[in-house]
Amino acid sequence: MSATDTLPDTTAPDSSAKPAIDLDEERRARRAKVAAIARWLLPSLVMVAFIGGWQAYVTLAEIPHYILPSPLLIAKTLVEDWALLWPAMVTTGRLTLLALLLAVFGGLSIAVAFTQSRWVEMAMFPYAVILQVTPVVAIAPLLQIYVDSAFLAALLCAWIVAFFPILSNTTIGLKSTDHNLEDLFSIYGATRWQRLRFLAAPSALPYFLGGLKIAGGLALIGAVVAEFVIGRSGTGLGLASTLLEASYRFNFGRLYGALILISVMGVVIFGLMSLISHLLLFRWHESALKRD
Amino acid sequence: MPLKRAPLGERPELLKMTHINKTFRGNVIALNDMNLTVNQGDFISLLGPSGCGKSTALRLIAGLMHPTSGSITWQGGQGEGDLGVVFQEPTLMPWARIKDNVWLPYRLRGKTYGQVKDEVLAALKLVGLEKFQNAYPRELSGGMKMRVSIARAMVTKPRLILMDEPFAALDEISRHKLNNDLLALRDAVGCTVVFVTHSVFESVFLSDRIVVMAARPGRVIRELEVAAPYPRTEAFRTSPEYTAYAREASDALHFAMEVAA
Repeated sequence: MSATDTLPDTTAPDSSAKPAIDLDEERRARRAKVAAIARWLLPSLVMVAFIGGWQAYVTLAEIPHYILPSPLLIAKTLVEDWALLWPAMVTTGRLTLLALLLAVFGGLSIAVAFTQSRWVEMAMFPYAVILQVTPVVAIAPLLQIYVDSAFLAALLCAWIVAFFPILSNTTIGLKSTDHNLEDLFSIYGATRWQRLRFLAAPSALPYFLGGLKIAGGLALIGAVVAEFVIGRSGTGLGLASTLLEASYRFNFGRLYGALILISVMGVVIFGLMSLISHLLLFRWHESALKRD
Repeated sequence: MPLKRAPLGERPELLKMTHINKTFRGNVIALNDMNLTVNQGDFISLLGPSGCGKSTALRLIAGLMHPTSGSITWQGGQGEGDLGVVFQEPTLMPWARIKDNVWLPYRLRGKTYGQVKDEVLAALKLVGLEKFQNAYPRELSGGMKMRVSIARAMVTKPRLILMDEPFAALDEISRHKLNNDLLALRDAVGCTVVFVTHSVFESVFLSDRIVVMAARPGRVIRELEVAAPYPRTEAFRTSPEYTAYAREASDALHFAMEVAA
């Protein structure tokens, strides 16, 4: 048998290396370059226009700051209140990450239990769904009553929201193994553990990571809800309680500052989850495949 | 070093299927009284229309299902690593490098990569892909993936290799090439092959025995020998001898279709 086959070329075409490119290709290359710049430029322009318009409106229409603070005032508050906002952000961040970690742990364990025993799944899955579809805002006050530690109540609250996408995605992933590979594992006498470790787990990885992306956002939402409902007694002064407090005091600069920081946290969490997903999948998974 | 194969009729028995019946739910008779003796060194094709039970026969031999009645006996009993399988799809693990895919049969028996590295690389070399040991499956073409699949089936030097329409999804050029390569491999390692196909031409080119099957109920209609000598080259594909065998097999297949209809 000869090895005359060659790997398909996976490197991007290098336009500078090839001297003669026809007009069509040149146009396509130029369009790709423009698109790459526009992907960053356009949202930035929208942002600048939006903030500029906001500032102009507040200034020209003389809107009082307790109705709508100007972007400049918000920026000033962010700097001046940083000593207060930063610890709040750390507090909320800690709650969010802890909830997400527990959601990953819980979601994965329950998913594995579900796929290892059909009976467990039949018995428990409906309750996982009920837990999920009941709005967390409605559960939170109960948690506060029944769970002594307010921090634990807040954590539980964020966990309930975050764990379900991990559970349901991972369960689907663990079940979506290639049937022929299943057969192959049977033929080679694989044990239950080998099946889980070498076949089901890698098959489930892309699904799990999809769930993780959703769960990251939901953990933040859960943390914010918990802070709103359970309050600073349990969680310390987080961003959401800061926001709530600022609204009672008509300190709208701080309110908007806290709101922006919560958004930033959401974006950072999403970015982190996407990065993790990319690092784990880019070598082999179709979702990470670039096509021209 | 090509291994010497005994001529047909003098080969020692490897596996015997006796009075195999397989009935699925709803009284679908997948196999009706199938008898087949696989001898060491045989290249047997199971040829037949869809629903004739050829894949069922393969799954029964593989131990993936059990016959409703009848028995399958291995000469000297079936040991670990006696069986290699190639499916219609390459069935590689997309997350594992090529060498790790070939390592799998050993890995599931608790062997570390270090213990079997030589075997893995030798198998990849046999199919001409040792240079791609660190690549991932998606980087390979369809034909190359199929070769990895063959390397994986052969890595444990099994006594029997089962192939379930392995080249059906490939284009004709790749298929011809893999046909040639498969025969060369068989000469190199001296394995026994049971090959499921619905292509008359493929079965004639590859096999020394063709088992023609019919559907509803799945059963064996005829068995023919292709006495043309190996090695078989591209020239064999256009020889009158080949055409004659192809006609014989084709007639048997048509007969199989008629009795089913």
